[in-house]
Amino acid sequence: MIKFVNASKAYPNGAIALENVNLEIQTGEFVTIVGPSGAGKTTLTKLLMQEEETTEGTVLFENVDIHSLSTAQLMNLRRRIGTVFQEFRLLGTKTAYENIAFAMEAAGKSDEEIVSDVPHVLQLVDLQNRMFHFPSQLSGGEKQRLAIARAIINQPEVLIADEPTGNLDEANTKEVIHILKKINDLGTTVILTTHDPALIKAVGRRIITMENGRVVSDETKRKTV
Amino acid sequence: MFWVRVKRVVKSGWINFRRNGLVSSASILVTTIVLSVLTALFLFQAVLDSSIVRLKNQVDIAVYFSVDASEERILALETTLESLPEVATVEYSSADNEVLAFRQRHADDYLTLQALDELGDNPFGGSLRIKAKDSTQYEAISQVLEGDSKIARENAQIIERINYSQNKAVIDRLNRLIDDAQKVGFFVTMVLSIVAIIIMYTTIRLTIYMAREEIGIMRLVGASGTYIRSPFLVEGMLYGFFAWIVMLIIFLPVTYFLGHRATDALGINIYSYYLTHFLTVGFGVLFAGMLLGVISSFLAVRRYLKV
Repeated sequence: MIKFVNASKAYPNGAIALENVNLEIQTGEFVTIVGPSGAGKTTLTKLLMQEEETTEGTVLFENVDIHSLSTAQLMNLRRRIGTVFQEFRLLGTKTAYENIAFAMEAAGKSDEEIVSDVPHVLQLVDLQNRMFHFPSQLSGGEKQRLAIARAIINQPEVLIADEPTGNLDEANTKEVIHILKKINDLGTTVILTTHDPALIKAVGRRIITMENGRVVSDETKRKTV
Repeated sequence: MFWVRVKRVVKSGWINFRRNGLVSSASILVTTIVLSVLTALFLFQAVLDSSIVRLKNQVDIAVYFSVDASEERILALETTLESLPEVATVEYSSADNEVLAFRQRHADDYLTLQALDELGDNPFGGSLRIKAKDSTQYEAISQVLEGDSKIARENAQIIERINYSQNKAVIDRLNRLIDDAQKVGFFVTMVLSIVAIIIMYTTIRLTIYMAREEIGIMRLVGASGTYIRSPFLVEGMLYGFFAWIVMLIIFLPVTYFLGHRATDALGINIYSYYLTHFLTVGFGVLFAGMLLGVISSFLAVRRYLKV
């Protein structure tokens, strides 16, 4: 489904974020990318979202080089990939309901679908009572659950969670991981990046370790139940 | 789907406008200043035009006839002059009117009036006051009367004096003044309009700069450039519309006051002028305000859509 072929990313100042990365992620996998800060985890996800471009090599999504996509095609790809970030990246001037509705509107969903699906997904992440609250009125855990709700509302094929628990306490971390596992069980490919060893243990499954922009190990564990 | 999108865009623009109260107020304030400057420039131009017209009306060529010139010949010349393309009006004043006017002008000058009485007969001849369609045409009219033309030759015996030569310096100065005033007016209008547009664009750019992070997030969610940009265009239009309302609230009473108190000084009733030209000045400024808002928003958002 997703392939990084000799993907490298270097910045104009000479800093190398990724070096010759080769990876293949299959549909329905739960992949955890681990490594210290600066290992290249976030760069890897940014390349997949085409937020940044490779300086060498290619990134393929369903065998299509995403670098060759037009703007409209890229926006279409982004609608097929849900994203959750450490810093939440919610729309501050919109309520919880509107944040999710916006993602649906961007995907061309009808008003009827929005009215029926948004409350449902908010209920899934236990935010039904925070529907008309603005992000600034939510706790860290609630913000992240809202970000997840927004990421999954259009039933994406892939969900990227970039350090989603970095700003959360233990209870909220467990809750977020639980939700991510549930999403994966429903068939969505999940790519989780983290540098938290406790989280790696909790998640299990396929673990890719990165250091200094390179993949140093790629292990697949048995699914935890 | 098109109308659903339009509805969503308008709703989203309106909601953003309402929720960003402080930013919207600041933008409306700046836009109000811009629209006020534009309106003031229109009105200034009207006052300038009116002053020019008033000055022009005070200029004419006076042709004084000898005492023995018959009224018939003077009126014949009047008809000839009226047919000239440069001539706007020709006004005849008889010898009797001339002496009456002289007496009125010197009503307090007992000695002069006594001297006039001692003369017995009316020493004044009739006169024609000629107004040109444009102040630059007095030279041409004067040539017809004083030069080598047929009209000049035929009337040389009855014409005693033409005051154009005496007034030439004044008329030339007036022409230069009018020309300079129009140039300065145009220059001031252009400079202030450009400054106003730059201020408005910078303000809207600032409001959109504050929303740059949200624009980036919208892009990551997969929203198209048009869908992200459109609510900002609606916001830009709303800034223009509400600024226009505020400007009207300021300008209507101000022009009303000036219309009632300063018509003599300004030369026109500025309130009446504003109302009669509302379709062009009023709605023109509204259109300009909304268009400026839309263009400024369009250009400002474009920069942050490259994610």
